[in-house]
Parts: sequence; structure tokens; C-alpha cells
Amino acid sequence: MRSKTAPRTGVDWFLMFMRWGMFSVIAFGLFAFIWQEIDTNNPLAQALNPDATGLTADQFEGLVIAGLSQGSMYGLIALGYSMVYGVLGFINFAHGEVFMVGAMTGMITANKLFDSGAWENNFILSLLFIVVLAILVSTLTAVVMERVAYRPLRGAPRLIPLITSIGVSFFIQNVSVVLLGPGAKSYPDLPDWWTETQSIWFLDIQRTRLLVVVVAAVSMAALWYLVERTKTGKAMRAVAEDKEIASLMGINVNRTIVTTFAVGGAMAGVAGILWGVMFRSVIHTTGFLPGIKAFSAAVVGGIGNLGGAMAGGLTLGSAEAVAPLVILEPLGVDGVSQLRDAVAFAMLILVLLVKPTGLFGERLSSEDRA
Amino acid sequence: MSDNNPATATTPDLGEARPAFDQDWRRLVSIGLVLAVAQIFISLSNMPVSLDVRKIIEPLLSMGYLSLLWLPVLVAYSVSREVVLEGMTAHRKGAHEIVAGGVVGAIGGAGIGLLAVLIDNFDLRDPLVNWSPQLLDQLTFGQSVGLGVALWIVIGAGLGGAGGAMHVITNRTRRVVSTVVLAVVLVAILETVLTDISEELFLEWFTDIIFFKRGGLSQTGAVVVALLAGGYAMFGRTKAKEFKASFDALEGPERVRANRVVISAAGLLLVLLPLVLGKITNELLANVGLFVLLALGLNIVVGLAGILDLGYVAFFAVGGYTTAILTSPNRGDSWPEWLPQTWWLIAVMIVVPLAALTGLFIGAPVIRMRGDYLAIVTLGFGEIIRLLFLSDWLSGYTGGAQGITNVPGVQIFGLANVRGTDPRAVFYLVLVFCLVAIYISWRLENSRLGRAWMAIREDESVAEAMGINTVNVKLMAFVVGAILASFSGAIFAAKVGSVFPTSFIILVSIVILVVVIVGGMGNIVGVIVGAVVLIGVLGGPKQPGLLQEFSDYKLLVYGALLIWMMLKRPEGLVPNVRRSRELHQEEFLQDAWLKGHVDDAEDSAGGGGEVAPT
Repeated sequence: MRSKTAPRTGVDWFLMFMRWGMFSVIAFGLFAFIWQEIDTNNPLAQALNPDATGLTADQFEGLVIAGLSQGSMYGLIALGYSMVYGVLGFINFAHGEVFMVGAMTGMITANKLFDSGAWENNFILSLLFIVVLAILVSTLTAVVMERVAYRPLRGAPRLIPLITSIGVSFFIQNVSVVLLGPGAKSYPDLPDWWTETQSIWFLDIQRTRLLVVVVAAVSMAALWYLVERTKTGKAMRAVAEDKEIASLMGINVNRTIVTTFAVGGAMAGVAGILWGVMFRSVIHTTGFLPGIKAFSAAVVGGIGNLGGAMAGGLTLGSAEAVAPLVILEPLGVDGVSQLRDAVAFAMLILVLLVKPTGLFGERLSSEDRA
Repeated sequence: MSDNNPATATTPDLGEARPAFDQDWRRLVSIGLVLAVAQIFISLSNMPVSLDVRKIIEPLLSMGYLSLLWLPVLVAYSVSREVVLEGMTAHRKGAHEIVAGGVVGAIGGAGIGLLAVLIDNFDLRDPLVNWSPQLLDQLTFGQSVGLGVALWIVIGAGLGGAGGAMHVITNRTRRVVSTVVLAVVLVAILETVLTDISEELFLEWFTDIIFFKRGGLSQTGAVVVALLAGGYAMFGRTKAKEFKASFDALEGPERVRANRVVISAAGLLLVLLPLVLGKITNELLANVGLFVLLALGLNIVVGLAGILDLGYVAFFAVGGYTTAILTSPNRGDSWPEWLPQTWWLIAVMIVVPLAALTGLFIGAPVIRMRGDYLAIVTLGFGEIIRLLFLSDWLSGYTGGAQGITNVPGVQIFGLANVRGTDPRAVFYLVLVFCLVAIYISWRLENSRLGRAWMAIREDESVAEAMGINTVNVKLMAFVVGAILASFSGAIFAAKVGSVFPTSFIILVSIVILVVVIVGGMGNIVGVIVGAVVLIGVLGGPKQPGLLQEFSDYKLLVYGALLIWMMLKRPEGLVPNVRRSRELHQEEFLQDAWLKGHVDDAEDSAGGGGEVAPT
């Protein structure tokens, strides 16, 4: 952005201070954590946090697995942000709401299935059914959103569609409130087998978490195949590269953009079901924070880059699970679990300050490179 | 609203009228289906039932039915709207438009009928909470389902036809009709305020006539209001316009004198107004004032400098919490002994530099980011600040989830103690700060700094090339915005008497953004209008507005308004001239191009040449 020869202004100094400040907090926290793991009664731990007990290997493993399974959901949602950003160059703020719609659809259907007994007797089939239904409804939401709110704004100044998407997000949330009521709604209990733990090699994983990771991996593989190996995918990549030239090559740009929204919506729908299965509770604001965090994940991974979005999701998920206990707790911060979200946002800020292109490189459309 | 939109103004040279039944049926049916879906949604949101207590005209019309009735008229009106560009002639309006509107309205009405039939036969109460017999009763007017369906189709067709007929009548008649309808609804909505004022002004006899005892206009009242409004629209409006024209024509010292008269009259009105208002209205106005302050600050950041700051509530929170910490005896235990407990006025003097520092702190890291990244990162900062206030970690300083209570009121040298129990005093306090904020905004807008902001908003690279230090100038926007928001936060803390983390959620940022955008980005008057209309009538994130029954739906309406404004009128209700030119640049270019093209065509046609196809 700024040439290397330009003189440093006050803002540059401040940014440098901020970067190094954040780095040193992380480094110091890690140092305190490691020392505490070696010797709980070391003088630093005595000074900072005398009650600290450190983490056992099991606890640490549990944190990482929880982080990774949550992170794979962030990754699935992040794909939608990343794809839309790649093609249209704006942040679809309402994408988190598409995810919420998926989770709500799943909740309604799962409860109906539970009442009819199918949920208990034929869990896998019922799960498949609610996944398909959630994908349909989420895709429909995303496509209608594009048609009504974003298509008329193509070519408008950059902030206009962003503000519109904030409105869309707000609107969908409140549609859910007025139609389905404001309280939290719960998914039916899973069959017992699913909540038990499964040992793979040396890891003990709760089977639902395993399910989440596997489904996320399968969806990611399917998406990769779609984008890299099919004609539709080629068209999407071409439109992301340059809309005008793509249309000159005979690509139907409008249809490709709709496809992009639809595919992103489908991924968000899958993530919504996974969320419901794992946390078993959904409310109209369910989509907001995961949405913002998924966007952060997309940025962390390098926006416009699909593999990066997934990797960013996993990074962010495990960071927000691990960092409060590994970095903040040894520093003597109380109630660190309340600061998970703050950690996620701090990570977004840090990545944008240090490497705005994201950790895993970048593939942007031509308009952004200028 | 329609008569100030240039696109709908009927041009004098009209073409042929279209035959009544030569319609684009597919288009009509699809629009009708959209209308039907919208009306089913409104029904399922329970508005017809929960707003029914609010009467517009007792016993004929309630807000509940109004929530279903306004849509067909509007949709039917817009179905037949023609965009007339240079070189085109509009069709003469007639039966064609009425039939089109009627068809659309009837399909919409059939949608409501379908819903009534469905509710009668199926039970979907499990996911849809409002799927209830009360709703069915309301939708069928308490009659049998079959009669209800038939009635809705007839009503829909009638309303749609009326909407279409709005094209047929002359502009003058249309103006009279829309003024009358608006006036009746507005007076009914403003009932609380009007009765409130009338008690102080000994006009109770009048409000007793026009209002029904339990809310809403009486039938006599509706006729009186309609006659007054119609009379104004027919005769008064031209007079008012003439007066305004003669006012605008004034020049030089006369103009200055006239401006002075207007400003002092407005000032006098504002100062005297709270005296005649009751508690509820003053409370309402105090809330509006708080949001005017916030919106004026955000207007500088978003409207002038074009920086989309979604974490604006952070500055409001900093203002509120700092004031509370400096004045309340109940602040956290961890504060050192030497930190004094002061008066509000002194606290504000500390709040201002602190808010400015927060502005710098949040502004500096994001200032070089692109607009959309900046939006998300500021949102992140807003959340981080709220989470810190909420956390156990800092609860020794901020009280955690319990917040800080017992914030004393504003003591002004022993003259007055302003606090929430005395909304009139709060209103005066807010008024003073609003006037200061308006003055600051107004002076800044036309200053070197203000022009630099607008230059950055239009094109940052060009602004930099013109020698503007974009970084410093953008930081200044953050700082000024932060200071105005912190004023609001300081007053908020003293007014409510406590601060909680839940008062500073992201929702507040977004509501302020809606106020700024609906009012008109970059326009001081617009922002004030936006705050009065949205916060005053619909209510703020936590504060009730005039339409208290509406509070379940206000966020829904805010979301819809935000989308609608961005799509149809991004410059807001009261547009800033320069801003709207930026937003419609392409249309201007297109119009200019079309105009040039038509001129060319005429020229070449005159010369016997052929018009090149485009």
C-alpha cells in the first residue's frame, strides 16, 4: 500500500506499536503457559495467577478437537463469504443469516421427525433428509437475497451493497422473530450412540464432533470438485477474474453469480445443520457471531481463496478455543471463556494489521488488485 | 411523497391510452403473487391482531387492518408507473391502469383468503407461533371463512383499483387525497402527543371532540381532520408555496434578517415546547435527542467522510461508562482511592478527551483498510469493548454484567438536578448538547476539514493527490464522531442512572446507521428528521416510541427500511445535494447521453440522414 521509502508518520508508529504489543502479549502468554506446564509453582505463575493449575494433556486435546470441529463450521460458512467476495467484491453481511435459516429449517424438520418417531429409529436417514431440506431452504434464501437486494445494486459504490446486506441481515433475523417467536428453540436429543466418544488411534472424539468434521470435509471436497473440475466452476472462476471479459467469452454472468450465491447458501445450510446437531439450540441471533467470525476466517485464510477459507476457519476455531486458556489464563485474566469472541476479533485485527492478504495467499478479482 | 418525485410527474404531452384488457398478464400475476406473499407474511407476523388495539378511526379502522391495507394500494400504484425518459411519451392513463391495479390487488387479497382457509383446516402452530384462531378471526372479520375470502378479494381489487386510479386523477386531486389520508393516519398516531399538549394549552375540548376515549380518532374527528387537511391541500398549499418562494427570493440584508427571524422563532419554539408537553412526550423527545446526538456524530463519519463505522456504539459506551465511573459511588472496587467522585459537568470534561483518545485508538489501525474491511473491524472493536465491559476480568472496574448503578443526575451549580425522573430537564440538557452538536457539524461541513472529508468520500486517491493528508483527516472524523457520541453516552448514563453492557450492543450501532441513512447521509436536517421519525415514532433499540404496540416489529421495519432506502433512495429522505449527485452519477450521465442522442437524432433527421442504431 504505502511505499517503503515514505517517512513514518505517527499512525505508522502507532501501528508498529500495536503489532508488536499484540505479538509480545501472545509471546509472553505462551511463555508463561509453557513455564506453568513445566512447573506450576514457578515465580512468574505465582506472581500472575497463583490459582492456575495448568492444562492436562486430555484437556488440551479436548480444546483442540472442540476448536477444530467448530472451526470446520466456520470454514463452511466462510466459503460463502469468500466466493461471493471473489465474484462480486463485497461482503455479504447477511450470509450468517443464511446459516441461521439452515439451522432453523433443521430444527423445525428434526422436531417433526422426532414426533413421528423417525428420528430415533432411522437417524442417518432423518439426518440426510434434514440436511437436504436445509440446503434447499438456505439456497433459496441466498438466491432470493441476491435477486431482490443485490442485483439492482451491481456497479453501485462499494459501500452501498454492504449497507444493504446489513439491512438484509437485520431483516431476516427479525422475520425469524416474528414468524417463529423470539425464544431459543432446541433440537431433539440425538440417539445415545452419537453422543458417546469414539477412539481413533490415540484420540477420543465425541461422535457428533467426528460427524461435523467428516461432513465438513466431504462438503469441502464436493465444492472443490465443483469449482476446479466442472464447467460451472470454470465459469465462476472466470467471472471472479473479470466479469466483462467472462461475458465476452460467452459466460452468462448473471447465472454464474446466482450459482455462486446458491453454492455458498448450500454450504451455509450444511453448516447450520451441523451447528444444530452439535449445540442443539438455535435462536434468531445464531447466525450473527458465527457469520462475523466466518468472515474473519475468510480474511485470515485470504479472501477469495477457497482452501484458505477452510484453513482460516480451522485456524480461527482452534485459536478461539485454545488462546483464552493458553495465552490469557496464564497472564492472570479472570473468566477467560467470556473473552472467546474478543479473541476471535483480536485475531482478525492482528491478521489485517500484519498480513492483510491473509495467511494463505490471496486470489482476488481484477478490480481488487488495482 | 409521490408528487416530489420527478420520475412520476406526468408530462403534458400524453400518448395513446392503452385498452383496458390489453395487459401484460404474466407480469401482473407475478407481481400479484409477490404481493400475496407479502400480505401472508404480514398476517403471520401477527400485526393484524397485535396492532388491532391501536385504532385509527374508531370503530372503522385499526392499525391492525391498516398493516394489511396500505400495501395493495402502493403496489398497484407502482405497477402502472412509467419511467419517462427523454424522447419518450407516456401513455394516457385510464381504465388500463385501474384494471391492472385491481387484478394485482385481487390476487393479493386472494392470498390472505388462502391463508385464512389454511388456518381453518391445518394446525401449523408448532413452528409458526402466530398460527392462531384469533388471527383467523381477524382475517375473516369475524365472519365465516368463505365470506372472509370473498371480502378480501373484493377489498383487494378495490384497493388495487384505487391505487391504479391514482394515476388517472389529476396531480392536484392526488395531492389532496394523499394529504387527507396521511393527515388522518398521522393525527391518529400522534394522539398521545396532541392530548398531552392540549391539556396544557386548554384545548382539551378540541381533542375531546376528535379523539375517541380509548385512542384513535372518533368519526367526527376523522371528518374534521380530513376537511382541514383537504382544505390545506386545496387552498393553503399554494399560499404556503408562494410564501416560501417570496422568502427564497429575498436577498442581501433582508434575507439575513428573515433568516434571523426564522431561526429565533424556531429556537423560541424549541425552548417553550417542553413546558407545554407532558412527561411522556418529553421523555420521547429526550430519547430522540440522544439519538440525534449519536446520529450527528455518525453522520460526520459515514455521511461526510464516507467511513462505514459499525462499531460506533463503542464511543457511546465509553462516554456512558466513563461518566458512571467518575460520578457513581457504586463504581467497581478496584479503582484507586485517589480517583475522585465528581460532578457530571466535570466528568464530561474528562469524557471528551478520553473519547477522542478512543477515537484515535480505534481509528488508527483501521484507517488504511479498505471500506468493507474497515466496517467489519470497527464492528469487531465495538464488540471487544462491550465484551471487556461485560467480562469478569474487568468487573472490579466496570461492574461486569451488573454494570454500574446509582449514577447521580446532573447537578448544575445547585440550580437543578437533572435526572431521568424529570424528563423535561433532561430534554433541556439534551437540547443544549444537540444545539452544540448541530453548530459543530454545520461549521465543520463548510470548513476546510469538511471539504477534505467530502473529497475523500468521493475519491480517496484523488483527494490524496490534491494534497490532503487523508490519514489525519480521516482520524479527525473518528475523533469528532467519538466526541459527539460520548456526549450522548454521558447524558444517557445520568438520565438512566445506570449503565449496563446490554445497553451498548451492536444493535445500537445499526439503529444509528439506519437513522443516518433514512434521514439522509451528510445532511444535518436529514439526520434530525430521521431521528425524529424513526426513534420518535417507532422507538429506539430499547426505548419505546409513539407506537408502543409496534415495538415487536420495529427492528423488522428498520431492516426493511434500510434495504428499501439503499435500493430506491440511497440519498435519504432529505438528501444532501452533492451526495445524491455522487450516488446517481450514472443516471445523470445516462440522461445527458440520452438527451444528446435525441438531439443528434433530431438533427440528423432534419438533415435527411439515418439514425444510427445503438
